[in-house]
Amino acid sequence: MTPALSIRNLHKVYDSGFVALKGLDLEVQPGDFFALLGPNGAGKSTTIGVICSLVKKTSGDVSIFGTDIDKDFSLAKKDIGVVPQEFNFNQFDKVYDIVKTQGGYFGLPPKLAGQRAEKYLKKLGLWDKRNQISRTLSGGMKRRLMIARALVHEPKLLILDEPTAGVDIEIRRSMWQFLKEINENGTTIILTTHYLEEAENLCRNVAIIDRGLIVQNSSTKALLRKLSKEVFILDAQEELTELPQMGGYKGQLIDSHSFEVEIEKHQSINELFASLSEQGIHVVSMRNKTNRLEELFVSLVASHNTGTHTQANADAESRQGEV
Amino acid sequence: MNPQEQWIAFSTIVVKEVRRFTRIWLQTLLPPAITIVLYFVIFGTLIGPRIGEMSGFSYIEFVVPGLIMMSVITNSYSNVVSSFYGTKFQRSVEELLVSPVPSYIILLGYVIGGVCRGLIVGLIVTVLSLFFTDLQVNNIPVTVAIVFLTAVLFALAGFINAVFANSFDDISIIPTFVLTPLTYLGGVFYSINMLPEFWQGLSMANPILYMVNTFRYGLLGITDINVAWAFCMVIGFCVALFAFSIYLLDRGEKLRS
Repeated sequence: MTPALSIRNLHKVYDSGFVALKGLDLEVQPGDFFALLGPNGAGKSTTIGVICSLVKKTSGDVSIFGTDIDKDFSLAKKDIGVVPQEFNFNQFDKVYDIVKTQGGYFGLPPKLAGQRAEKYLKKLGLWDKRNQISRTLSGGMKRRLMIARALVHEPKLLILDEPTAGVDIEIRRSMWQFLKEINENGTTIILTTHYLEEAENLCRNVAIIDRGLIVQNSSTKALLRKLSKEVFILDAQEELTELPQMGGYKGQLIDSHSFEVEIEKHQSINELFASLSEQGIHVVSMRNKTNRLEELFVSLVASHNTGTHTQANADAESRQGEV
Repeated sequence: MNPQEQWIAFSTIVVKEVRRFTRIWLQTLLPPAITIVLYFVIFGTLIGPRIGEMSGFSYIEFVVPGLIMMSVITNSYSNVVSSFYGTKFQRSVEELLVSPVPSYIILLGYVIGGVCRGLIVGLIVTVLSLFFTDLQVNNIPVTVAIVFLTAVLFALAGFINAVFANSFDDISIIPTFVLTPLTYLGGVFYSINMLPEFWQGLSMANPILYMVNTFRYGLLGITDINVAWAFCMVIGFCVALFAFSIYLLDRGEKLRS
């Protein structure tokens, strides 16, 4: 199957001499919901910039649905919709005009561009703001406006660079729902985000980029299975004066009703509950101390930075084809 | 993009540009009209009669073609330089860069947007001039062709200025320190035949002189220069600036990192 995105040996050296990408390889399959994660300055935005022609690559090959951007970038661009990190629309234009005009840039006849603008502004809850000057929108509305603009030509590949940054929880969740819907309808989505919960909830496959290289590339599930331990916080009904006896489990008391427990990959959680029940402790709630992907992300980036981890594109075999 | 899609993209850019300058008409259309009326009042009505005839015409008749041309030059240039730099400043130029629109369509869209503003202001000034003098048209094709080509030329120049500009200061340096002096010394207010020989020779190096005189020839039938040579020069400049602009866009100069 022709990949939605294929990147081979991509290098980028900026005029300042900063080496942003050092031979990056990446492949995203059609229909995937793919997360590109990495710390600030890792090369995520540079990679996206190259894909959508805002950054000139130094060397390497990039293809969109089989179209090499060096051979026919115009054709490749027709399949891409991009939602950048920064607001990049005319702050003095009306909401409707921004979306419709973008349709015109992609060659949509005015009537069709108008219909599409209406369709996506309605889907993103901005239709009643259509005649408003864009700078008067809230931050969340501006982000949704950029998504509507990116979708007006109905691209096969949608790239979102930090789409929910600065968006409140309610709107973030409605945006997730919307993105899930368009992905289910066949649009391939690539997402960069700092909210690892977002990647864990939405994305089937994940690549972690650090210092211009992919250090991990696998399915989200396979990646999470690599967690050697997880830390849970347990809330007890009874008042606790000291940490309960927990056998082989490590833990510590947080306050008079809560304590945390480290559960190794080989350990069963049932034994822990059995032990607590024997002591007359009733657990009323339990949650992960941190986002699971976040723990893994931190450990992977840390190991890469100390030189113990080489480029792990080979890990792609662990991908489970869950597209 | 197929030709039909390219036409849609081109017309989208032009419509957006025209919508922009008509939306802010208080900044774009009204000020040049007021300025030119002041020129008409001061140079035409108050000082003009004391100057007497210039090349066989009353002074107001002589300066009107120059003032119309000055408006066209200034407005076609400033429309493109401010609009395109504005899109760079707000990063909305990325909307175009991520789209499949070819470079020449982007350039043509902005240039025709600038030409539209130049010609609309030129038309407003022409209508206003009728309150001060009668206008005659000696040669319609020459008049229309030179005003259109001049608007294209300065729209292209404004585009190049915008590409290289890093700040709002940069988009006012060329108009203030280059365009205005060249326009004022380009035969708008006088015939170069009045100048000493050295200054006449120097004036011949000013391209605006050729445009103003060709337009004056189109209206009044008088000129200080060779009209055919003027057309060759203006067309040559247009081709050179168009090619350079395309080169800048294709390279992504100051647009792509």
